[in-house]
Amino acid sequence: MKFLLRVIACLALAATLAAVPASAEYADLVLNKRSEKEGVRPVVFPHWFHRIRFQCRVCHAELGFKMRAGANDFTMNGIAEGKFCGACHNGDIAWAADRCDLCHSGKPGLPTGIVGGHETSGPGRW
Amino acid sequence: MLAQDWAPLRNDGIHDRKGPAVKQKLLQEPAEALSKLPPDTTGNMVRWVEALQQGIIQPRASLKPDFKPEILDQDILLDLKGSMPIVLFPHKRHTEWLDCSNCHNGVFEKQTGATKISMFQILAGEQCGICHGAVSFPLTECDRCHSVLRPGQKKGDPRPPLPGSHNMPPPR
Repeated sequence: MKFLLRVIACLALAATLAAVPASAEYADLVLNKRSEKEGVRPVVFPHWFHRIRFQCRVCHAELGFKMRAGANDFTMNGIAEGKFCGACHNGDIAWAADRCDLCHSGKPGLPTGIVGGHETSGPGRW
Repeated sequence: MLAQDWAPLRNDGIHDRKGPAVKQKLLQEPAEALSKLPPDTTGNMVRWVEALQQGIIQPRASLKPDFKPEILDQDILLDLKGSMPIVLFPHKRHTEWLDCSNCHNGVFEKQTGATKISMFQILAGEQCGICHGAVSFPLTECDRCHSVLRPGQKKGDPRPPLPGSHNMPPPR
């Protein structure tokens, strides 16, 4: 009987945890191709924050970011040289690349990809 | 729009609550920024095009000081033979955000009709679906693209049976 109760309690807990919705903001991006291998948290890139300040063309034309999560191969060395994020994250337009924790703020274990609420969980491969 | 529509970063499922960015409240909260913008019913709950066109936000067009964005005020009608209302593609509101090179030539040929566009590809994250469904309004909003009624169609008419390309397996 005790065992059965324990099983029921475990199932109830699992159901509660599963019911907590992932409520990341629409178009939030997690980048974790290298981060955790290098011993830092994954990066969370919020599209909403950036598009208030920059048109899409700045990153996706001028800076060369491909529109596919994980398709852009960049490293902290490149960023420090002013490539990709480093075009702005240089201590001039935005915080510099030595403020590691501000970008590397994601939960450990998250895979690279577009996340967020609403309909982003559809069949696409973003 | 109410601020509780946007989850705080500490509860959003992707930020590490134990990390300094969240613990010390170093990042802007979505509600603080997004609650001031024209409300929508989906996506970020923001009408981004209206926010830009009304000057509520003034996102930079370039990091170069003398850059002039190329805005094209030209509408294209697509899907002329389908059964859903015709698609009106407005170049203007797309070029207010994007560079021509983001779509042409590559994702779409410049010549009208040269690229076969299909909902199957769009739903799989290609073509329009590179952005719509990921960062711009999602693919649930059929009528925003399929916006021009065909002769005899009325707004709110029951939708025609979906053509084969729409019959996708349900999402996971």
